[in-house]
Amino acid sequence: MAYSDKVIDHYENPRNLGKFDKEDERVGTGLAGAPECGDVMQLQIKVEDGIIQDAKFKTFGCGSAIASSSLATEMLKGMSIDDAEKVRNTQLANELSLPPVKIHCSVLAEDAIKLAIADYKEKSGLVEAAVS
Amino acid sequence: MKLPIYMDNPSTTQVDPRVLEAMLPCFGEVYGHASSRNHSFGWEAEKAADAGRQQVAELIGSTAKEIIFTSGGTEANNLAIKGVAEMYKEKGNHIITTTIEQKSLLDPLKTLERAGCSITHLPVDQYGQVSPEALAEAITDDTILFTAMVANNEIGTIQPMQALGAVCKEHGVLFHADATQAAGKIPLNVQEMGIDLLSITGHLMYAPKGIGALYVRRKRPRVRLVPLFDGGGHERGIRSGTLNVAGAVALGKACEISRLEMDDEAARLSAMRDRLEKGITENNDEVYVNGHPEHRLPGITNISFAYIEGEAMMMGIKDIAVASGSACTSTTLEPSHVLRSLGVGEDLAHTSIRYGLGRFSTEEETDFAIEATHRAVVKLREMSPLYDMAKEGIDINAIEWPDH
Repeated sequence: MAYSDKVIDHYENPRNLGKFDKEDERVGTGLAGAPECGDVMQLQIKVEDGIIQDAKFKTFGCGSAIASSSLATEMLKGMSIDDAEKVRNTQLANELSLPPVKIHCSVLAEDAIKLAIADYKEKSGLVEAAVS
Repeated sequence: MKLPIYMDNPSTTQVDPRVLEAMLPCFGEVYGHASSRNHSFGWEAEKAADAGRQQVAELIGSTAKEIIFTSGGTEANNLAIKGVAEMYKEKGNHIITTTIEQKSLLDPLKTLERAGCSITHLPVDQYGQVSPEALAEAITDDTILFTAMVANNEIGTIQPMQALGAVCKEHGVLFHADATQAAGKIPLNVQEMGIDLLSITGHLMYAPKGIGALYVRRKRPRVRLVPLFDGGGHERGIRSGTLNVAGAVALGKACEISRLEMDDEAARLSAMRDRLEKGITENNDEVYVNGHPEHRLPGITNISFAYIEGEAMMMGIKDIAVASGSACTSTTLEPSHVLRSLGVGEDLAHTSIRYGLGRFSTEEETDFAIEATHRAVVKLREMSPLYDMAKEGIDINAIEWPDH
């Protein structure tokens, strides 16, 4: 199976690779996937005044999983928390031209975004701890 | 050195120029039907095919009459397994195999299971070997066949053929060996190993795709098979269909070359493989070699790179054609059943890469692979959240990962 140029570009030049201090109260961390399934994504957002100022990722997974999380961080930067919650996997999948067999990579990225937002909200007291 | 580099020889091989040269006349002057008995065109074709048959027989220590040409390994395996099951169904309906076989052996068995046969899958040890004692214990009065690969396509582990063959003989069970990976790479002798049926495919031994052979024993015991399809009764009535004369000539030539050059080639490929394996294991932490340390095909090494997903690794070494046990590279989205059978965890099964060297591999390519692999390992570990966790001393297996 050939990869789309965008997947290859994100794989070769990952955007926002890295991590923030999990203890920082402005930071929300989402960890999605499982090693036995062959993909684990760690996606982090740094939020100020309800806006995602910065985002970082680290991914164990195939090229499409790496590209999905890389693209997700790129999209998230500058978004409000409310808008970020509306990001759907189909946006990532379409942008990267993922084939059907790789759609789950984009689903995983959506999961990671939601988990990161939930983690941030919980830390900043925006919602009850029960969210997670 | 030309890029990309081919290191996927257990998947298929390049045709040896000597093989190509040998088969070319079959596309020109030798175009007769090998079964045409009454003119010289037929005689010439038959003569060419029978010379190939003889060369195949010499590689495995059989007689030429015991070689049935097929379209390849899949057909040979189907013919052997289904042919025996149908022919000997009055005697019994139990067949024994192992957990590390490939599809063309497992799937015919699944079909037979649906039709009422009983199939036992023997486990393998951590290196991928079956124990002859376990085979002896699994045999019942209903057992008609033991079918297993000589050498595994993913990890290269070679089975103790002689001991397994002896168990089969002792219990009067037919022994089918899938030698598609092993033929031409390691010495095979159907007499010494007590093999009754043996599958070969051309494209894994530097002949073209579309030709293979099944050895069918004619004496002690005389093995009989129900054919897969009906037709003109070619190949002693076992495999109808106009003989692929060019393929037969090619397979014969490939077998002859392999037989004559086997010792030198095995020594060269083993040394190169060891150099590759050493270069990778010494330059990178947390990498694990899968398969038997000694009883292994010369060109194969299968390595798990912890915390790096196999398909991402393949993208990282994109100038080198390799294979992976990762689910992402399989059609079933399951990680390698072979590695799982060895007891390799699912997490590590996803991280495995198979490097398969062959006749045309060079040391320069091997050194390039060592360098490229190291660069990819560094890059992908930098990306991996699991590597971070491991470095922080977090036990990844202790984390409760959600289902997904």
